[in-house]
Amino acid sequence: MNSPRSRPALKPKHQRLVLVVLAVLALFGAGLLAAWGLRSQANYFYVPADMVADPPAPGQAVRLGGMVETGSIATLPDGITIRFVVGDGQERVPVTFAGIAPALFVEGSGVVAEGALLANGTFAATNLLAKHDENYMPRELEGMSTAQARTTVAETLE
Amino acid sequence: MHAYANPARFLRIARPLTAPLLLGGLLLTALALAWGLFVVPPDRLMGETVRILFVHVPAAWLGMGGWMAIAIASLVELVWRHPLATIAARAAALPGAVFTAICLATGSIWGRPTWGTWWVWDGRLTSMLVLLFLYFGYIALAQALAREGSSTRIAAIFGLVGAVNVPIINRSVVWWNSLHQPPSITLGQSAIDTVFLVPLLVATLGFSLIFGGVVLARMRTLLAEVQAEARLRRRALEAPV
Repeated sequence: MNSPRSRPALKPKHQRLVLVVLAVLALFGAGLLAAWGLRSQANYFYVPADMVADPPAPGQAVRLGGMVETGSIATLPDGITIRFVVGDGQERVPVTFAGIAPALFVEGSGVVAEGALLANGTFAATNLLAKHDENYMPRELEGMSTAQARTTVAETLE
Repeated sequence: MHAYANPARFLRIARPLTAPLLLGGLLLTALALAWGLFVVPPDRLMGETVRILFVHVPAAWLGMGGWMAIAIASLVELVWRHPLATIAARAAALPGAVFTAICLATGSIWGRPTWGTWWVWDGRLTSMLVLLFLYFGYIALAQALAREGSSTRIAAIFGLVGAVNVPIINRSVVWWNSLHQPPSITLGQSAIDTVFLVPLLVATLGFSLIFGGVVLARMRTLLAEVQAEARLRRRALEAPV
């Protein structure tokens, strides 16, 4: 790599470094812009606020995601259809579903319902997916204060 | 950095380091997995399936970390033209791909009882699958270039370009609504209870040591291949016609 002229030996190396760093920056900028542009299209589901503000055409297959409101799950008289309300803190959408719900489908927890919005504003779900949140907690610790939890963990680890 | 770019000097360090890294990693991983399987209590909602966490999260971390290693080695190769960087990138590709596959498989197994589905095309799952395909492409490209003996610069550029996917995987659950949950461990705080977090961190350390040991072992193999080939070529040239 020694050039015949008495040029500083490090120069081409530094040139390459600057070029590669610029190229990488441009590349990441482009990637981030593309991801930014995908923002609304790459969502896996609509939250109730989206669905109420800009309702999809009745019968169009969409997904609705949010929290199952506490005390809202009820079985209809036919014995198989369940009815519950999905909320996001702003809007609420009633959902009906006939089928086997996943084990983690409980009130106060997240859910993603696949189906379509009916003309009367009810969401008819054909499939339910339970959404797990980012909290991992042992069963015994639920509802305990932090201090109680710490004691229990200390006892477990002894 | 120049001091370690010398293959002979690298081998002098790598040779005694490989076995302790692999053995230490296996021991730590065995400890963490046994801990996760037999000691840790079930989760309040997920029950027993929470134990998959101790394989899934370290595998995901190494799947992404493996590509970052490829990207850094590619940068070093492009700028400083160090042949050892080429070999390091090639060595990291296979274990990275394996850990990405483990992450996808365990995630799928966890998703069936938790979400109610094996697979969905949400941002996190899709971008992780793209990472696996990027690994396949990189491995095929690097091998083809090595076999032809041509410049490995194209593979290095591929390694740098593919790195764009890593921050997308990382941010996918924040930017978009996804079925996959948002990050549980962020800088300085954790939504994972200590009983789960400690074995998880031990497992991550163990998996990482295994990864390091495998990369060193593979780098030594690739160096030996290069040397053997050079020796054969020299002998063929010296042989009387």
